[in-house]
Amino acid sequence: MKRLVLSPAQLRAAELAFWLLLACSFFLAPDHLTLLSQILIFGLFAVSLDMALGYAGILTVGHAAFFGAGAYAAGLLARHGWGEPFTGLMAALVVAGLLGYALSYMVVRGADLTRLMITIGVCLLLYELVNRLSGITGGTDGLQGMVVWPVAGLFEFDLFGKTAFVYAYVMVLLMFLLVRRVLRSPFGLALRGIHDNRKRMLAIGSPVESRLRMAYAFSAAIAGVAGALLAQTTQFVGIESISFNRSAEILIILVLGGTGRLYGGLIGAIVYMLVHDAFADLNPEYWMFWLGIFLIAVVMIGRGGIMGALSRLVRVKEQAR
Amino acid sequence: MAIVIFDGVAYGMLLFLMAVGLSITMGLMNFVNLAHGSFAVVGGYAAAVVMNQLGLGYATALACAFVAAAVLGAVLEFLLYRRLYRAHPLDQVLLSIGLVFVSIAALTYFFGPSMLPFHLPEALQGQVTIAGVGVGRYRLFLIGAGLLILVLLLGMLRTRYGAMVRAAVDNQRVAAGTGIHVQRLFLLTFALGCGLAGLGGALSLGMLGLEPYFPLKYMVYFLIVVCVGGAGTIVGPFVAALLVGIVDVAGKYYLPEAGAFLIYVFMIGMLLLRPNGIIPRKGLA
Repeated sequence: MKRLVLSPAQLRAAELAFWLLLACSFFLAPDHLTLLSQILIFGLFAVSLDMALGYAGILTVGHAAFFGAGAYAAGLLARHGWGEPFTGLMAALVVAGLLGYALSYMVVRGADLTRLMITIGVCLLLYELVNRLSGITGGTDGLQGMVVWPVAGLFEFDLFGKTAFVYAYVMVLLMFLLVRRVLRSPFGLALRGIHDNRKRMLAIGSPVESRLRMAYAFSAAIAGVAGALLAQTTQFVGIESISFNRSAEILIILVLGGTGRLYGGLIGAIVYMLVHDAFADLNPEYWMFWLGIFLIAVVMIGRGGIMGALSRLVRVKEQAR
Repeated sequence: MAIVIFDGVAYGMLLFLMAVGLSITMGLMNFVNLAHGSFAVVGGYAAAVVMNQLGLGYATALACAFVAAAVLGAVLEFLLYRRLYRAHPLDQVLLSIGLVFVSIAALTYFFGPSMLPFHLPEALQGQVTIAGVGVGRYRLFLIGAGLLILVLLLGMLRTRYGAMVRAAVDNQRVAAGTGIHVQRLFLLTFALGCGLAGLGGALSLGMLGLEPYFPLKYMVYFLIVVCVGGAGTIVGPFVAALLVGIVDVAGKYYLPEAGAFLIYVFMIGMLLLRPNGIIPRKGLA
């Protein structure tokens, strides 16, 4: 098959078109704004996981810990009288980032298996904590009674999710650009080097462990922002936002889109959420069956998910990136 | 106090019976097999069907559970697992999560979403009094079964078969060069691990409920036992399973408000102290 060749300018145009199309969905599907906001938020969450998994190569199956931590940070703040959205996001970023940094000391050392266990363990531990502290968090009923103030003091969150969509869109875009900036910086290049050949990076004097720790903490902070966005746009934090199932789901979203690629998480979120929405009326067991079959198929044939398949069709002309 | 330790040991034995197969597939063969619980639950369902619908005895049911899970394991090894022995752990995780989802859906389709009723044979019901403490016969039976499997497996690792497996895992090419049929050996070993899971699942019927979500519900327990104990060994998971069993039962007994906390704190603490398990396998980095 002949591969389509794109110049860098055309690639930039494709990126722009992607984000414009997302923005246009506001007008194209005004009845599904809630779903669209969730797609954006899960896309950001998947991008954050990609940073730890796809770029830093840290096998983590408990990323919902940070998503949930961010959601509860913003939710609790709004519940106790400070509903300003931007500071809520910042609080979530700081809380999740600090949590991620503290955990990174445990996660970065050790083999893949130990990482897997520690990340699952921490996620379950936090779930249990949220469950037990039901006086503060609402336990299994979720955190209710959040009051989020209007965005920038002007735009009130409405019933149709218009403000929520625009707010989520802008925030996700900003966060995405930040992640892209970081990944294209020397730091991001070092991460890629570590991913490809850890020993070589050690040999040329790169502080491998501290780089991985930073990447993990940064990824956790972004995941926390995604959690806070979900909490603010839905005015609710459910306990499932911190559960193992959420971790597995986001892993699936990322793998579906393609790991180690900037747009993998976003594309995965779009496809997964739309299919999930279409299947939602069906019996959940059927959905699980097809999801399982799909996962097996991805591992067996489709290397690299959707973005991997795309990259086999489309090539970028210059290799400078 | 004595009864708490006894119950903890019995529960630990149950965990050992279910998780030791995972120590073989995950530790010895280096495959992150999160679908281990699916093999256990298939064994459980097979035993329940044999007893409830065919009316056969408990011993036959246990044998059927082992065979059913082992055959399923062999088929899946041949079709899927075989291709991923050298793959990245992420691929192995995804494949096995996929299998878990499919198994949950399939079991729900065939047996319904609720728990399957099951009755232990009368010989295992009731209590016997040992040294003034009334202990359940079923729990005593579990402890006996756990010890038996431990001895059998340790003995097996010392045979020629065990030596061949270790050789094949350490260096496949050299092992193949000395005339070991590596693929067949791995198929057998994987089937053995799954069969043990099935046996554990069938033995657990009196203590844990049998439902389609079993693989997800107990996945973490298997992983804790294997990781804390040291993947790839037999004694490590044995010790870890006993510790986990006692910690869990004692926690539920003395500190019910702590809930599942204790077990995760225990796991994280143990993994921090000994990242490669209580008894690390020699040569495993």
